[in-house]
Amino acid sequence: MIYVTRRAEFSASHYYHNPQFTPEENRRVFGKCSNPLGHGHNYTVEVTVSGEINPTTGMVLDLKDLKMLLEQEVIRLMDHKFLNKEVPAFADKNPTTENIAVEIWNLLAPKLAHGELHRIRVYETADLFVDYYGE
Amino acid sequence: MVHLTRRYRFSAGHRLHNDALSAEENRRVYGKCNNPAGHGHNYLLEVTVAGAIDPATGMVFDLVALDGIVAERVLEKLDHKNLNLDMENFRTQVPTTENLCLEIYNLLRAPLEEAGAERGLCLDRVRLEETSLNSFEYVSGHAGGRKGKG
Repeated sequence: MIYVTRRAEFSASHYYHNPQFTPEENRRVFGKCSNPLGHGHNYTVEVTVSGEINPTTGMVLDLKDLKMLLEQEVIRLMDHKFLNKEVPAFADKNPTTENIAVEIWNLLAPKLAHGELHRIRVYETADLFVDYYGE
Repeated sequence: MVHLTRRYRFSAGHRLHNDALSAEENRRVYGKCNNPAGHGHNYLLEVTVAGAIDPATGMVFDLVALDGIVAERVLEKLDHKNLNLDMENFRTQVPTTENLCLEIYNLLRAPLEEAGAERGLCLDRVRLEETSLNSFEYVSGHAGGRKGKG
């Protein structure tokens, strides 16, 4: 079994807020991330696919296909966007790095033509990242 | 279940030496790390917690709480310290990065899992880079959701 990882980057803004919390609770729970005007990050996504090496090509999958899939399903949706307002999945859910990782898994898993989706890693900053293995 | 990793840095001195070995054996086993006066590293620490996302916040664990626990339990104890002399456990144990990984795991597990008990939080992994060329990690195996390796 071989694991192949492709990286992509996007930049987006977000803020954290729960409409059921009072303004005071939102400030306490989410701190500076609760600024309703939003703030931004340069995100890095790593998509790891596992599979067997195709003996004809020597490859698990065509990385060009994975790059295009990532571009179509994720980057086009999230890059240079305000995640809370412009990505439907985050209309009623905070765009935390945790939820972004799960959402990217849900976007990519059904569309992957070869190999099995193993892991989605999302870096919010170089010092903070989330891994999701689909369960 | 998602795995959330946060990175921290600290600098510390140490000397790899085992009293049970002869001076010659210590030099052979530990090489330049056995230098009697010690030496130091800038360590990079990765702490990975795993748990369910809280639907009310979208978060697995409060990062401010995570930073506070790591600062109090680990960074304040290790940063700018001599690991052999300032750390109780390393008076009898060699402060290799392997042992330091386990020590940090043991320092963090109870306070983190207690603070995140409501969401079934688990300290999944401690990874430590001694230099950018060596890293060591301890994976608890307690957290679910990690399929195979990678």
